[in-house]
Amino acid sequence: MLALILFYIFATFLVAGAFGVITARNPVYSALFLVFSFINSAAIWLLIEAEFLAIVLVLVYVGAVMVLFLFVVMMLDINLAELRSGFTRFAWLGWLTALAVIAEIIGVVWRHGLGAIDVNTDFASEPANYSNTLQLGKVLYTRYAYPFELAAVLLVVALVAAIALTLRHRPGLKSQDASRQVAVRARDRLRIVKTPAEKRP
Amino acid sequence: MHTQTDHLLALWGQLPELLRTLIWIVIITIAVILCVAFLTLWERKVIGWMQLRRGPNRVRILGMLPGLGQPFADVFKLLSKEVVVPSGSNKFLFRIAPALALIPALAAWAVIPLSPALVISKANAGLLYLLALSSMGVYGIILAGWAANSKYAFLGAMRSAAQMVAYEIAMGFALVGVLMASGSMNLGAIVRHQEGGLFAWNWLWLFPMLVVYFIAGVAETNRAPFDVAEGESEIVAGFHVEYSGIAFALFFLAEYANMILISALTAVLFFGGWLSPVAGYPLIGHTLLGDPSFFWLGLKIFVFLFLFLWFRATFPRYRYDQIMRLGWKALIPVTLVWIGVEMVMAAVHIGPWARPWFH
Repeated sequence: MLALILFYIFATFLVAGAFGVITARNPVYSALFLVFSFINSAAIWLLIEAEFLAIVLVLVYVGAVMVLFLFVVMMLDINLAELRSGFTRFAWLGWLTALAVIAEIIGVVWRHGLGAIDVNTDFASEPANYSNTLQLGKVLYTRYAYPFELAAVLLVVALVAAIALTLRHRPGLKSQDASRQVAVRARDRLRIVKTPAEKRP
Repeated sequence: MHTQTDHLLALWGQLPELLRTLIWIVIITIAVILCVAFLTLWERKVIGWMQLRRGPNRVRILGMLPGLGQPFADVFKLLSKEVVVPSGSNKFLFRIAPALALIPALAAWAVIPLSPALVISKANAGLLYLLALSSMGVYGIILAGWAANSKYAFLGAMRSAAQMVAYEIAMGFALVGVLMASGSMNLGAIVRHQEGGLFAWNWLWLFPMLVVYFIAGVAETNRAPFDVAEGESEIVAGFHVEYSGIAFALFFLAEYANMILISALTAVLFFGGWLSPVAGYPLIGHTLLGDPSFFWLGLKIFVFLFLFLWFRATFPRYRYDQIMRLGWKALIPVTLVWIGVEMVMAAVHIGPWARPWFH
């Protein structure tokens, strides 16, 4: 019962947050609404005892991805009027996409019937020492080892590509080379000269 | 007297679990805040002594130790000041940012095992929870910097965001090392797997991880020598330059609560938490000193907190690009290499991997 109440609370917040993402005028607010939605969906995942996924969602998306998003959004000089200029012209496209997605959801539910989607939250709880992380790890590294490794390789390729695309070496640019700065020794820079003291006349 | 205690204990046992947890939460929160109050005093005293000064020495409580009342005097001063909200600032975010900085710092205490019996939540994914919360602390800083509508504050927030994202990765990898050596993400289990005295603790086999973790911890809390987010000589006071009164104090509270948290975590993850260093040794190991208790955890936290203060009094501030270089090019490779070393150690069963739980 408590789980059901919590579910509806979080679900309401989630939908409200998601609505805020697309309606907020300020892009920073949009990003913050997205953070709010992520946290609420993580809470919903916690309710079905998927603690690993829930916490990783917060860790990766809230803790890293959205921080960078905010970083970029705050730095950008966004002209809101320009962004909104084509709104009425393209609104029909948005409505069409939304309707298509809604139709798909309804279609899936229709085909399987509502009975297939288990709305009952009183599912059998796992024992207290059940570790979601351990189970996930076991499955990922045995049964799905190859897809998992493939995904990892794909991410590495994307990472390398992103760096390669943005890394530019402009010739003739004067910049500090931290390795060389750190490697400096006193004797490279400083020469101690012995001067004999003058004799007192 | 005895029956009265029994009576109280029985009453405590009858309370619903939710209420008992709530009471513990209140107790621990108040304890952390009080610790923060005296940590600020201790910091000023220690740095004062290191610089051959006396530190705060005017406000006394009941005629005891000079300076003991200083934290309370500070709090009352800050409480009585006006919280100035700059014009052109984002009022809502400006007001909520200090809370966003403070909440994760306090919420993280839920999974810290304070003694063998006392932990608020025995969460299985405690380690992940901590990482997630420490990564959320950055929002308070970014939003404070942005909402204040000040260039200095914004620069501080940007620096802080980049720095925290960079050091979180090193910190995460260091925690992966701990995870490998303990086989569990439950902090209580991590402590229990280190049983057996000083040399059974994780610090010995995970020494590079310990170093990386603590450096990343200092960077995550924006403390000297990594305090470029504040950098008073470059960007005035960084992200909290526009804050005054108690809103400013909340940022300080968050920073110091985070320091205590990082110290507690270092103790729990690498130094056996509540375990005694002499446990299992002949003679002394069987006395009261050999028993696991909160005393040992408190002592370890105190030692690491002292390190924080010592760093601040000793090291000059890093240049910003060198902070980034240290995080990405020194700390992360060290952890990656050591994870490889740990894999070898696990394969040949030495160190923590020779213990029965591993098989």
